[in-house]
Amino acid sequence: MARVVVDVMLKPEILDPQGQAVQRALPRLGFEGISDVRQGKRFELEVEGPVDDAALARIREMAETFLANTVIEDFVVRVDEPAGATS
Amino acid sequence: MSARVGVITFPGTLDDRDTQRAVRLAGAEAVPLWHKDKDLKQVDAVVLPGGFSYGDYLRAGAISRFSPIMETVIEQAKAGLPVLGICNGFQVLTETHLLPGAMLQNNHLQFICREQKLRVENADTAWTVDYEQGQEIHVPLKNMDGRYVADERTLAELEAEGRVAFRYLDVNPNGSLNDIAGITNAAGNVVGLMPHPEHAVEPLIGAGGTDGLGFFTSILKKLVNA
Repeated sequence: MARVVVDVMLKPEILDPQGQAVQRALPRLGFEGISDVRQGKRFELEVEGPVDDAALARIREMAETFLANTVIEDFVVRVDEPAGATS
Repeated sequence: MSARVGVITFPGTLDDRDTQRAVRLAGAEAVPLWHKDKDLKQVDAVVLPGGFSYGDYLRAGAISRFSPIMETVIEQAKAGLPVLGICNGFQVLTETHLLPGAMLQNNHLQFICREQKLRVENADTAWTVDYEQGQEIHVPLKNMDGRYVADERTLAELEAEGRVAFRYLDVNPNGSLNDIAGITNAAGNVVGLMPHPEHAVEPLIGAGGTDGLGFFTSILKKLVNA
């Protein structure tokens, strides 16, 4: 079983108040030197069958129409290689 | 014959009963519609009420947007069926792209519940003809994801074409761009807003009294004169 990861992030120009709240909390917790935090979503998809170009194209379509709202969000699709796997 | 206004119930919808009541108080027949049906039961207009359909999972309105009934709503809205989205219904309409832009979490990260003053900026839509252009109304507002955003070009287009239908007055409660509380499509049949006119239809309740009733009398007037 192969895993495909879809990362969804708010577009850079969109205000992210949750990320800002996290960033503001950091110095209080003793974590210095972080000037900005953006919070996003990560989807881990367990794919049945081979992760070939056709499967990836379908997943991109899924991300474009459903997992992300491309009016406000960008997404990245990548195949997650299991640790220690030989290609 | 009275006009028939459909009110859709999704799993997690809260305000369907209040919306049906508002439709009846305006003098129309309220027709309950179920998200799993494709059939709109030959209604003359549709309201997508407020609530938290599918628990706002993924994004507010994102899952409801793909429910069977929305396929029919999208198709018929493009053909001119009047559709009003209130709160979660507005979120669903932006997810369908029947209305441009998107809704995000309030900029202050808190749920908001207040009497909100609005200005009716477009009294020519199917849902606003009973208001005066520029009329100020009080309507309850209650939401978590009420921040309207759109890219600069879309915003400029909305402003230039008079498609900002409602604007927040006195306070911008959620960080919406240009104080936008609601918008309309170019044809004026699809309207969405965050505040809840269906909660302001009786004199007994709230500061606005019956300020919200105009949405429902507007559509009735539009349908009866059609």
